[in-house]
Amino acid sequence: MMYDVIVIGAGVIGANIARELAKYELNIMVLEKNLDVCEGTSKANSGIVHSGYDAKPGSLKAKYNVIGNVLMEDLCKELVVPFKRNGSLVLAFSESESATLKILLDQGHKNKVKDLAILEKEAIIAKEPNINKNVYQALYAPSGGIVDPFELTLASAEVAFLNDVSFQFGTRVTHIYREDDAFMVVTNRGEYKSRTIVNAAGVFADDINNLISDTKYRILPRKGEYCLFDKQIGDLVTSTIFQLPTKEGKGVLVTPTAEGNLLIGPNSEFVDDKNDTSTSEEGIREVIRRAKQSVDNIPMPFVITAFAGLRATEKNEDFVIGEADDVPGFFNALGIESPGLTAAPAIAIEIAHMVAQKLEAKQSDNYIIKRNKTVHFESLSIKEKQELFLKDKNYGKIICRCELVTLAEILDSIKRPLGAKTVDGVKRRTRAGSGRCQGGFCSPKIVEILAKELGKDLREILKSSEKSTYLIGLDKDLL
Amino acid sequence: MDNRDIVIIGGGPAGLAAAISAYHAGVCDILILERENSLGGILNQCIHNGFGLHKFKEELTGPEYAERYVDQVHELNIEYKLETMVIDITEDKHVIAMNEIEGVIDIKAKTIILAMGCRERPRGALNIPGNRPSGIFTAGTAQKYVNIDGYLPGREVVILGSGDIGLIMARRLTLEGAKVKMVCEILPYSGGLKRNIVQCLDDYDIPLRLSHTITKIHGKERIEAVTVAKVDEFLKPIKETEEYVTCDTLLLSVGLIPENELTRKAGITINPKTQGPIVDSNLETSIPGVYACGNVLHVHDLVDYVSDEASIAGQKAAMFVKNSLISDDKFAVIAGKGVRYTVPSWIIDDSSIAMSIIRFRVDGVYKDHFVTIKLDNEKAYHKQKRILTPGEMEQVMILRKWIDAKPELKTIEILLEED
Amino acid sequence: MEKRQLTCINCPLGCQLEVVIDKGEIVSIENYGCQRGIEYAKKEIANPKRTVTSILPVIGGELPMVSVKTRTDIPKDKISECMHCLKDLKVGAPVKIGDVIVKNIGNTGVDIIATKKVDKKND
Repeated sequence: MMYDVIVIGAGVIGANIARELAKYELNIMVLEKNLDVCEGTSKANSGIVHSGYDAKPGSLKAKYNVIGNVLMEDLCKELVVPFKRNGSLVLAFSESESATLKILLDQGHKNKVKDLAILEKEAIIAKEPNINKNVYQALYAPSGGIVDPFELTLASAEVAFLNDVSFQFGTRVTHIYREDDAFMVVTNRGEYKSRTIVNAAGVFADDINNLISDTKYRILPRKGEYCLFDKQIGDLVTSTIFQLPTKEGKGVLVTPTAEGNLLIGPNSEFVDDKNDTSTSEEGIREVIRRAKQSVDNIPMPFVITAFAGLRATEKNEDFVIGEADDVPGFFNALGIESPGLTAAPAIAIEIAHMVAQKLEAKQSDNYIIKRNKTVHFESLSIKEKQELFLKDKNYGKIICRCELVTLAEILDSIKRPLGAKTVDGVKRRTRAGSGRCQGGFCSPKIVEILAKELGKDLREILKSSEKSTYLIGLDKDLL
Repeated sequence: MDNRDIVIIGGGPAGLAAAISAYHAGVCDILILERENSLGGILNQCIHNGFGLHKFKEELTGPEYAERYVDQVHELNIEYKLETMVIDITEDKHVIAMNEIEGVIDIKAKTIILAMGCRERPRGALNIPGNRPSGIFTAGTAQKYVNIDGYLPGREVVILGSGDIGLIMARRLTLEGAKVKMVCEILPYSGGLKRNIVQCLDDYDIPLRLSHTITKIHGKERIEAVTVAKVDEFLKPIKETEEYVTCDTLLLSVGLIPENELTRKAGITINPKTQGPIVDSNLETSIPGVYACGNVLHVHDLVDYVSDEASIAGQKAAMFVKNSLISDDKFAVIAGKGVRYTVPSWIIDDSSIAMSIIRFRVDGVYKDHFVTIKLDNEKAYHKQKRILTPGEMEQVMILRKWIDAKPELKTIEILLEED
Repeated sequence: MEKRQLTCINCPLGCQLEVVIDKGEIVSIENYGCQRGIEYAKKEIANPKRTVTSILPVIGGELPMVSVKTRTDIPKDKISECMHCLKDLKVGAPVKIGDVIVKNIGNTGVDIIATKKVDKKND
């Protein structure tokens, strides 16, 4: 069976590309090495939709950032994904630091970012009373926003799936070679034939590219660690608070998340191991120390969890978007680090367009935009809650007490297209287990529900990956 | 909408005892709301013995202790709803709950008794570096798998925290076939009962590493090992003492916090030392007619004291319903030197009560110190105790005759003295 | 002559008993809080015993597991054998608190009894 396109990687980039490609009459397959969408870099990032003053003028990062920022709001409306245009502030703490703000302002203008302004101390504190009082000036970018990266990825993947895109999980690409007019993609689960390939493999995109192209790329994984705080202090700041960028990146930020938590991070550290997403004592300490330079009254007892992700930093520090010179039909979306999430809608349109042109594909007449709305029970009024219950009594059973997630929502997350197969999959789709007790109360219940729905024994239920079991046996099995 | 005299949130030992006591105090219109599919609360998974030594002079297992109260609730025909989760309490005493049969339930209560128990501190609160693999459980969650579902969470276990739950689980897992390699405790003393050190660790040769903590978690998919290190007197890990200990399971027994979501939502004043509501000697919170008892008020060590405390809450709630509670005058209770917190924070000036109980925890380990009660600045009680530790709740009685002897009394202070 | 310190486990006070032993016989016991401490010290030196609690799967019950215990304490060195005897055992519903599940576990003379009520499952 010959595919028109194989997309390698179901992170935010791959999922969005698949969604855009689905607007054409094409036979598309997405291969993802993990068991769910959004398991790589897309899982562990800040969810910031950048304004674009930070990117180098003339770079692809700048180009796709600014377009993506504009597209994001409407895309999120279409996909029913929470998005908030909460604005950003870049803080300067002295006159010399404020010179950098001017540089960013100029850069922003060159990149066509709208409505940038320099704010004085009084205006900053009036806007954000919890910012440190020794702030001098700030660059205000009203077009900055926040989005939930998982929901964006999942929603895009779902819409792609609804439009007949195939997804195969647990499938790792090991070789690519040409055979006649097609590519043969060799994986741990078999070989797939396709006329074109889109490489959206995140931190592993260089490995994938280098399997077939002689123009070699090198991705240097760059780790960033974060701390997440209880929703009780989610409004400590309302805008996303940046510090001055250094050569290492945008610096540690303090931001509300689209779900209402407070997030601080990331730091920046190059690592050797592409699978190393561990947090470290020094890393977390650094994140806290630097975040406090912006907002010193961050209440540490409200920490819920810490996590880390790897940025796919290409050696030349810009996006690589487009067809490989020496391999017609092989398209890269490579080196997609920050502002990758913001750029995703724009990159997706561009790549889809390139591929469609190459294949002379027709636009599809029956593209389905709308996916089944996910219910967020906790945010509904009493009346709305009761109405839902009357339709489905599983809305009466609350499984996750901290986030008020019902059995109906959990069952839906398992049964819907690209449904959850793991506890983390349920968590990301419903927020069950992501609250202040971190699943202490509800995870046994979710394990039971998954076992029942998937027809498995409790011992087979996984946290996220193949070896991540919860229970290893029955009592007395080892006696 | 339903109208009830007394709504009790939680059908565990606190809720059950409060219900029975309220009934005997003359109020029958009682409704217990319980989120699990049976009454008994956390006792259902505490299958070990050691409960009821004070109350029943017998050594019972958790389920047996619970049954004594559940039987009484059945005999007295006290109404309860199971699998019902309270999602909100309003300041004007509306209880909003949900279940699969009725959907949203709105109850206007004359009085509410908070008896929701407590929850465990998760790994995130400690920020232990490493990946986020499977195989990490809080001790209570592991206890649920082992004792209610019949499943074993792992083969080779390390336990962090020597509070009672950690110690009990060390024994449970060993008996059911797992190998518990060690229990690490960051403080220089254990937070659990001494008898549990003997019967859960010594009996099975499980080492207790005091002044040790875990500094890293290894393994990406399932936990593979932990790095254990000794800590200095400031509780900071000493890098040279780091030790790599293989395991496939990590149990965390690192603290319990009152289940205070609803308490907060209702706007009730919370005691930052306990994370539970501030109450007076009637166990009434800052909202008149809302009472609290058991682990939601402050985390207890002995369920016997929970039952006693809950009985008072039930009785006072009933008196509130019958409008028979006495004046609002009250004396402030101060947690003095050496005392971390007291419950209650106020003693009601009620001359019909011969004695009021104050429960407290100390803030460190004290040997041969004196527990002193001062009424304003005058000593009324001064008793030496062999040992006082934060892991063992203490109680003292304030006698009415002391209060009668001091007509201008303003404050009662509990403190520790060296002599 | 040997001095041993024992933590009495009879109640949560956990008195630190100081026991002096000569040629296997107890010479003196100090620091006990009540009579039970003396009894415990004697027992613990001569023939230490423990109550064992566990759980067993239930067939046809409303709950999957029933909690059980040894009716009285058994010799400490029989605990492991006791657990092995319980392996692969299943209990049929209904079960009442106090029901004998296994008579004379591991030849200790002590029964294993149920500590939880489990009703028969409704179909």
